[in-house]
Amino acid sequence: MAHITYQKLDDHSVLFWGLLAMHAALIMVGLGAVLYMEHHGHIVTGMNNAVVWGTPHVFAVFLIVAASGALNVASISSVFNRLAYKPFARLSGVLAIALLAGGLAVLVLDLGRPERLTVAMTTYNFKSIFSWNIYLYTGFLVIVAAYLFTMMDRGTARNPAYTKAAGWFAFVWRLALTTGTGSIFGFLVAREAYDAAIMAPLFIAASFLYGLAFTVLVLLTMCRETRQRLLNDEMVSSFRGLLIIFALAVLYFTIVQHLTNLYAAQHWDVEMFILRDGGIYTKLFWLGHIVVGLVIPAGLLLLAGSNAGKAYISERRALTVASILALIGGLCFMYVTIIGGQAFPLKLFPGKEVSSSFLDGQIANYAPSLPEVLLGIAGVSIAMLITGVALKVMPFLPKGEEYDG
Amino acid sequence: MSCSSFEERSAKNGGGCGSGCGCASGGASLQSDEIAPISAARRFFLKSASAFATMALAPGVTLMAYAESTPANARPADQKVSAKNRWGLLIDAGKCQDGCSSCVTACSTENGWATPTRPETDAQWIRKLTVRDPKNGSQFSLPMMCQHCANPPCVDVCPTGASFKRADGIVLVDRHICIGCRYCMMACPYKARSFVHEPLQDQKEYAPRGKGCVESCTMCVHRVDSGRTPACVEACTKTGNNAMIFGDLNDPNSEIAKRVATYRTTRIRDDLGTDPGVYYQNI
Repeated sequence: MAHITYQKLDDHSVLFWGLLAMHAALIMVGLGAVLYMEHHGHIVTGMNNAVVWGTPHVFAVFLIVAASGALNVASISSVFNRLAYKPFARLSGVLAIALLAGGLAVLVLDLGRPERLTVAMTTYNFKSIFSWNIYLYTGFLVIVAAYLFTMMDRGTARNPAYTKAAGWFAFVWRLALTTGTGSIFGFLVAREAYDAAIMAPLFIAASFLYGLAFTVLVLLTMCRETRQRLLNDEMVSSFRGLLIIFALAVLYFTIVQHLTNLYAAQHWDVEMFILRDGGIYTKLFWLGHIVVGLVIPAGLLLLAGSNAGKAYISERRALTVASILALIGGLCFMYVTIIGGQAFPLKLFPGKEVSSSFLDGQIANYAPSLPEVLLGIAGVSIAMLITGVALKVMPFLPKGEEYDG
Repeated sequence: MSCSSFEERSAKNGGGCGSGCGCASGGASLQSDEIAPISAARRFFLKSASAFATMALAPGVTLMAYAESTPANARPADQKVSAKNRWGLLIDAGKCQDGCSSCVTACSTENGWATPTRPETDAQWIRKLTVRDPKNGSQFSLPMMCQHCANPPCVDVCPTGASFKRADGIVLVDRHICIGCRYCMMACPYKARSFVHEPLQDQKEYAPRGKGCVESCTMCVHRVDSGRTPACVEACTKTGNNAMIFGDLNDPNSEIAKRVATYRTTRIRDDLGTDPGVYYQNI
């Protein structure tokens, strides 16, 4: 087995410092938005008593789901013994931690009483999936940190059994984590858009896609930063294949979810809302989630892999574009799922029309406010800043063949 | 004898109230010309002391008087809430008038949530629903509030246990440990909960509310514990509609239990298995 050499980022380009400064600035702006929302209350957001989870939750759940998926590469290396992925396992682990930290930060900062975080950490209702998730999330951070230790500590790394054991543990844990995140919605008996066990596997498939897309983009950015070919053509081809499979898996679970609902007359209303009559939600579902997020990336990657397609787009470029599109589609998927699912009214009297001063029976209004969007973006920036700083202070990146340009 | 009669008695006894209160009794040995300034000081001291005593004791005395005036079925403060009771409501939609919202007004006044002007963000602990059958146009109206479920989804999902169900079936939010995650609002099938979107003023001491916390109908727990009926039920009775009955569903001799046993009643979204404590008739 070839010896893998790792490196810290030390020869910094304008790109590196520029990105770091941009993310730091976005985090500051996001924190300002949090102070503004906490001072005035959620009245300054677009959220209301019908759409109680808004844009911050879209970003938070997206990042948490992606965090689990970011561990793909490490899992493939340790659990499935694919040595070609091993050089990227460290980056995979640190990115998973960073994305989860970003997502959790957004989730916590959007609480009505964020200063009561200590209450949430010390007072539990063990019947709540939210409580389970607190353990799943903190456990994930600890387990992945231990996993990284087994990969990076010289003494421990000599014995691959430790890394393998930690890798297996992290692999099982990440599946549990995403199952828990999907079940936050799947366990809601009253919400027609969610109430289904398929939410858990759907979220797992989505995590594979978004996590790998993040990993690919960070790796390609680092190729530019280090001026090294960190990803050889074989790896580009492998990532291309994986992204296609993951995009098709998300598509499959999405189809099954909606087909099942369409079969049951009681769910026709909510299905028609999402698939046909829901305005922005319908557009985001078809254009954002399905076309931009799944079909185009899969098509593009398939094209780039074919002999005829290579003349039009290189695999590397297709991988970049497909990853960006998959992440945009992921945000659309979360928006439709989280906000669209709440916008559709609760059925207090199935088959009857209901009206009230509380807007019962009506499609709920929701428009994201600027502070919400800024908080959500700050979450992404927290993840990216942690990753950038981590790559600078510790050797998470493999060394690659240098290239010019 | 109280210290208030000190001045009269000091004139006779030369100081001290003589009532055994220990307020001051050493004045007898003093010369008469020395008495005046000391009396003034004592007067000041005693006035202050009596004012302090009044302030300290009055609330207790008031509470005792209040307790004495409460109905016999009030739960003593030292007695735990019991699962022997299951407080509930029976609402007769046939008697609930279309334009009437006295229950809503009474709840708003009692619990200190303002009449909503912004339907999307203002709290509504109770609201009037109009339900229409699109097939034949028939319609009815009814009040909708927390259904005080025996299997409340809001309690199940709450991460901190802030949403909780008392042994007697009343579902409440502990404002001290609510972190404002709103998961309970996602879980409630009845849209019964509101989030406090902005700072509040003029709250009722028995119905604490707070920005960033979730709240809902408490079934007027403060009234129930003192043996009274919820404000909405009282207001409905006052209008003469008598569409709402409050009582103990577990007590076979209560009016609510008898009527639930006698008439065909419905519970909203009973199919979800939440076992609501609010029953509806004629819907």
